[in-house]
Amino acid sequence: MRGNVVIAGVGHTPFGKLPGRSTVSLNIEACRNALADAGVDKDAVDALLVKPPTSNPQFMYGQTLAEAMGLQPRVGGAWDQGGAANISLISFAAMAIEHGQCEIALVCYADNPRTGSRHAYEKAWGDDAAFGWFGVPAGYAMLARRHMEQFGTTSDQLGAIAVAIRGHGAANPNAQLRKPITLEEYRQSPWVIDPLRRDDCCLVSDGAAAVVLMSRERARRLQVARAVPILGFGQGQSSWEVAQRSDLTSTAAEVSGATALKMAGLAARDIDVAQIYDCFTITVLMTLEAYGFARRGEGGPFCAGGRLQAGGELPVNTAGGLLSETGMPGLQLVIEGVRQMRGDAVVQVADARTCIVSNQGGIMHTHSTLVLGQAL
Amino acid sequence: MSRDRAEAAFPAPQRNETNGPYWQALDAGRLVFQRCAACANAWLPPRTECPRCLSPRWQWENASGAAKLVSWVVYHHGYHPYFESRLPYNVAVVELAEGPRLTSNIVEAAGGLRIDMPLELIIQSEAGVALPRFRPG
Repeated sequence: MRGNVVIAGVGHTPFGKLPGRSTVSLNIEACRNALADAGVDKDAVDALLVKPPTSNPQFMYGQTLAEAMGLQPRVGGAWDQGGAANISLISFAAMAIEHGQCEIALVCYADNPRTGSRHAYEKAWGDDAAFGWFGVPAGYAMLARRHMEQFGTTSDQLGAIAVAIRGHGAANPNAQLRKPITLEEYRQSPWVIDPLRRDDCCLVSDGAAAVVLMSRERARRLQVARAVPILGFGQGQSSWEVAQRSDLTSTAAEVSGATALKMAGLAARDIDVAQIYDCFTITVLMTLEAYGFARRGEGGPFCAGGRLQAGGELPVNTAGGLLSETGMPGLQLVIEGVRQMRGDAVVQVADARTCIVSNQGGIMHTHSTLVLGQAL
Repeated sequence: MSRDRAEAAFPAPQRNETNGPYWQALDAGRLVFQRCAACANAWLPPRTECPRCLSPRWQWENASGAAKLVSWVVYHHGYHPYFESRLPYNVAVVELAEGPRLTSNIVEAAGGLRIDMPLELIIQSEAGVALPRFRPG
């Protein structure tokens, strides 16, 4: 089904602090913008797939949103896989379209942890709280330490990732954080949980994003401008909590990436631009290794030296990613991938024909990968 | 923070039918883990079925106390009031000689930490709860 389903429209809200807005309201704004971008009437939508809000999970959220949007979708519901969910929902929608279960799908996500509750990101990890084990950054710091000790990965190499992505975000007028940093400023950034500094950690943001999917044929009949074909997708699950994981420096992103690239008929060397889930800098480094851009253990040197910056060999997170555009989990990376494939990104990679997008959740528990091709 | 307030705030493990024997063994000075009677897999934390073969038949087994350091982090930000007064503090992943891995703290580590370094069990009381911690061994 390579290329048979397209992303026909994308939309999002402003990113940052959006006090007083419910996640339903934010989702509707993003969906309204995505439908307008695609030129599709709301009543043509027959699938609505949503990742539930991380900071306030609710029973039957997919139906709550469908009611608020006046939709009776054939295919609809919420899917919880942490930060991997958005690309997984896109892949489920693509398969449903391919097999005639629906024709036009909305995939969306909204959350408001910035002005609402950050509890989901700072909570205890069960009984291990007795040892002081709290917070999402700690799990990633545990992976980072092992990587650094096992392979000689350095703090400066993690810093190079932050420098590249923050630089891209500074150029993005929609980014929540438009302040580039130098490596020297990164080195002065305070520890949160050593070996991760404040500037290794993503933003906490209110906001929403949405994409519209349909068949390539339907997009042609509707005369959708610059529809972006989905070339491949794949998932993988590492499942074990950090403490129980037998190997802290490899993840099932290898599985999701290989599945997506195989479906696309491409190899890592064929990818022109990458949008890599950057909840923390170490996540980018380990995902690039898992996808085959660098050999295992060599992600540190790969990420240094400007390779990830605009104009480099593999520009990463060209709109600023979670570190700079918005901390919301992942759908914004898909939207930036679509912009790159349409050729209208702010930091546009010249002649970009292929883009890989990663989503992941938990502490690299869940992985979902998307490969996009140049707009039709 | 007064001792009373600190104890009141300590995030004590929630004992239940599944993990009760684990914490009771620590109270008695022993670290135990589960071993599958069907496939001999060993694991922590306590579960009702073997995650390798799904058997519900398993036994508790005493750990030797020998272990090695898998990884560690150092908190410089307090996520819970009980731990703010001890910043910076470490949390580690430790692998027992018998295989199971667990979250813990490394103590008496003035000589520094390195991955795969040998460790030994030391059971310490924290707010009245016996916790399995480790020191260089």
